[in-house]
Amino acid sequence: MSLTEEVHALRQIPLFASIEPSKLKLLAFTSERLTFAAGQTLFHQGELGDAAYIILDGSADVVVETPAGARKVATIGKHQIVGEIAVLCDVPRTATIVAAGTLVTLKVSKENFLRMIAEFPQMSIEILRELARRLDSTTQQLHAALSK
Amino acid sequence: MPHSLYGFILRHSKKEQLMLLLLALVSYPFLYYSYDQPKQIVNHIKNATVHRVEKGNLDAYPAESIFGLPLDAVGYLAYLCFIFLTLTLVNGSFKYYINVYKGRLGERMLRRMRYELYSRVLRFSLPHFKKVSSGEIIPMITSEVEPLGGFIGDAFVQPLFQGGLLIVPLFFILVQDPILGAAALAFYPLQIYVIPRIQRRVNQLAKRRVQTVRSLAERIGESISGTQEIHANDASARERADFSDRLGTIYQIRYDIYRLKFLAKFLNNSIDKLTPFLFYSIGGYLAFQGRVDLGALVAVIAAQKDLAAPWKELLDYYQQKEDVRIKYEQVVNQFEPPDLLDQSLVDGDPPADLRLSGDIAASNVTLAESGAVKFLDGVSFTLPMTERIALVGDGTSGKDELPLVLARLIWPNAGSVSIGGQKASALPESVTGRRLAYVGPQTHLISATVRENLYYGLKHRPLIAPERDEQEARTRARAMAEAEQSGNSAHDPRADWIDYAAAGADGPEALTAKAVDALGLVGMEDDIYQFGLRGRIDPARRPELASLILKARQGFKSRLGDGATAALIEPLDATRYNTNATLAENLLFGTPVGGVFAEENLATNRYLLEVLGEAGLTAELFGVGRKLAETMVELFLGLPPGHEFFAQYSFISSDDLPEFQAILARLGKDESSLSNEERARILGLSFKFIPARHRLGLLDDSLQERIVATRRPLAEGLPPELRGAIEVFDGAAYNAASSIQDNILFGRLAYGQAQGGDRIGALVGEVVDALEMRAQILEVGLDFQVGIAGARLSGAQRQKLAIARAVLKRPEIMILNQSTAGLDAPTQAHIQNGLLQRFSGGGLIWALHRSSMAKAFDRVIVLRGGQVVEQGRFDDLNQPGRVLHELVASE
Repeated sequence: MSLTEEVHALRQIPLFASIEPSKLKLLAFTSERLTFAAGQTLFHQGELGDAAYIILDGSADVVVETPAGARKVATIGKHQIVGEIAVLCDVPRTATIVAAGTLVTLKVSKENFLRMIAEFPQMSIEILRELARRLDSTTQQLHAALSK
Repeated sequence: MPHSLYGFILRHSKKEQLMLLLLALVSYPFLYYSYDQPKQIVNHIKNATVHRVEKGNLDAYPAESIFGLPLDAVGYLAYLCFIFLTLTLVNGSFKYYINVYKGRLGERMLRRMRYELYSRVLRFSLPHFKKVSSGEIIPMITSEVEPLGGFIGDAFVQPLFQGGLLIVPLFFILVQDPILGAAALAFYPLQIYVIPRIQRRVNQLAKRRVQTVRSLAERIGESISGTQEIHANDASARERADFSDRLGTIYQIRYDIYRLKFLAKFLNNSIDKLTPFLFYSIGGYLAFQGRVDLGALVAVIAAQKDLAAPWKELLDYYQQKEDVRIKYEQVVNQFEPPDLLDQSLVDGDPPADLRLSGDIAASNVTLAESGAVKFLDGVSFTLPMTERIALVGDGTSGKDELPLVLARLIWPNAGSVSIGGQKASALPESVTGRRLAYVGPQTHLISATVRENLYYGLKHRPLIAPERDEQEARTRARAMAEAEQSGNSAHDPRADWIDYAAAGADGPEALTAKAVDALGLVGMEDDIYQFGLRGRIDPARRPELASLILKARQGFKSRLGDGATAALIEPLDATRYNTNATLAENLLFGTPVGGVFAEENLATNRYLLEVLGEAGLTAELFGVGRKLAETMVELFLGLPPGHEFFAQYSFISSDDLPEFQAILARLGKDESSLSNEERARILGLSFKFIPARHRLGLLDDSLQERIVATRRPLAEGLPPELRGAIEVFDGAAYNAASSIQDNILFGRLAYGQAQGGDRIGALVGEVVDALEMRAQILEVGLDFQVGIAGARLSGAQRQKLAIARAVLKRPEIMILNQSTAGLDAPTQAHIQNGLLQRFSGGGLIWALHRSSMAKAFDRVIVLRGGQVVEQGRFDDLNQPGRVLHELVASE
């Protein structure tokens, strides 16, 4: 997969949709493309985050360590971004990500990611929107759990 | 060191100066006769000519009898001229011999002076270095003393010798005629009056110049060490203004010196020309009167010509003398701080019984800076050497300074330290530097290998003379004799200085084992192993290791198999393009040796361009370079100059980017407008291209194949002078230009494989252990160059190395001063456990950066405000209400 294809993939992600292609190209060029074999972890829950990952191909499991043991809570797939929260607000990773099959990602370093946000306010709004959506879904889940 | 220059000269070169004076005195009679001889010759010619005019020929000219041999007019002329020639040669020889003798003396004295100054720097006390800067010290030893050497040879003989050269012809002139003599002397009083006055002014200026230049040097040094501050505070304009101001001062001083010097020269020259005027007029008149004969007049004029040179030399001497005297005094003054260490402490050989035992006692130790702030205030304690002792306290408690005092690196202002009943202040460094070890919070490493840094604490005196063949031995003997003449060290730097016994080893191999052990103790073994893997070896010198590495290459290949791990490495294959290697590596299919085929030189390498041309690749590679340039301009042009991305990712630096942009613009219009140099710059980019890393899709399969096909003609057609400039990859041979790791992998780590590096590292580790070659790789790692002041190591690695060095010399007392403060917590714990175990019998004093670390020690000394406030066992002291408890709680 060449840089052009990576840029194409990046444009599929809502977060980057509004960013001009040449900047996405720079983002892709300065990011490392990493391939994981099935079962390899991208990062562990509790670690400090130094990068976010954009999934170019394949899928990964989101696993949360609970006192009762590891629990798979979601699956993420192509053109999704993972790990950006730890990068954004310096909190430890909230989950462990495990490759579900051969997984191709673009590893965007923390500095690179923050630089893009600083440069493109549009990205901040996208992130805000995404976070609000997640908060909403978490709240609903909480509701559901409480009313059981 | 004597305070006056002449004192220094007399102390070290009395005999040589006397010898020079004697030589000068002996030369005078010859000089006198060389002036007298022309007179004899001219008079003889005159007499014979007159005789010929009167008699028509020389037949009846009365013969002169020389050694009973009758000589006619021509023969006698020849005889006189021969004597003249001989005298000239003799005078010349005297001058030559005296000059060489002087020169040698001067050089020896310069060498002695530099050596003494340097020795003094080594005796400066630690606090003194806070007051002086290397920017001042270095030029004093290197350049400022240089003129001293030249002058010392001249010191006594120059006035005598040049004075003689002046007085002898003057005396000769006076003997011929007092009036002529008076004419020759007429202008000297004026010169003697005026010139020194100008000179004095020049000297004062010169003195100021020395000081200003010295402070300028200091300023530059400060800017270099403070670069970070300058940039962080946008202070460069201010710094430049200050620098410009200083340069202005120097300019004015230098200009004034220049003007005055040439004024003096002008006066001298004018006066020199006046004297012959008097000679021709007065001398001619006197000859008419018959008071001087023609021969005498000719000789006097010849002699007068010789007056100017020695006179000038004497004036120069006078100028130089003042200059040098001042310089000497200034320099020596700087090297005589009041707290200079005693020579015997630095030089003294160790007493035969070197073991230290008994108590370490401090009695009323007080340390203050300039009397004002007291770092230590009456510290007293007695510590058994059988215990491991922790010093704790806050930042102003004195725990920074106490270890330095105990290690005898700083001398207390009052009170004393004694070790085993001996006053520490009286112990030579051969005891304190060997039986004690000190590691501070930061350590300066020497610019050498890891090994040399480790052994630095074992090299005190030359122990085993090196082996030398007959000729080398003669050269060495001469060098030693010469060193002695200048009072220099006669120790042989090439000898084996390593005190193996001090480390408990019996030879180099055992010592290496000890070193590895010490490195293990500080948790640095793996770092060294990694250095070793990245290191290179010469297979000719270590054939066994090279063949082991080749075995490891096989082992690695079979372990890699062809499963998932195989994808982590792209092997080097002569018939395939390696997408994880640069285009340059793919083309050369080898490692460049020396600079000829270095990546940055390829685009201007004529041989390579020829090969590319023949293969029809030039245009295509140029196209790759062009696309790269376009991409770089597109990606990076918007970034601010100096952005970190340039260094990390760009093919083109931020400075060059606009130039490339301009080249590309012209390239778009008219390709032929590019100069060869510009074409080479574009082409040069292509060689750095790594397809798998850069993912730009610039090399299609057919181009890759054609590059692979060029490898063979390129290697085979190498002209004889370039053979050996490429070490070609060969699956069956060791590649001396590549690292051990690259030799084992014989391939390139594939980009973009998660944890690829770690997995391959583990695999290499397995192979290395299976072949039992870890020790040998560690050995190579020990030869890793640490860079200037250890710059190629991380701060943590430097500290670990320093602690390992201290451990290696097996001190009776190990003193650590917050040495592990900069390390991560697990490493700190590892080192602390290791050291506590190593010194389980005692002899460990450790000023801790965190009080809670003191728990594992036998005894804790708690400092506060420069005083000992508590001491005892940690558990006893760590009780509410105690100072230690407070300290631990505040962490």
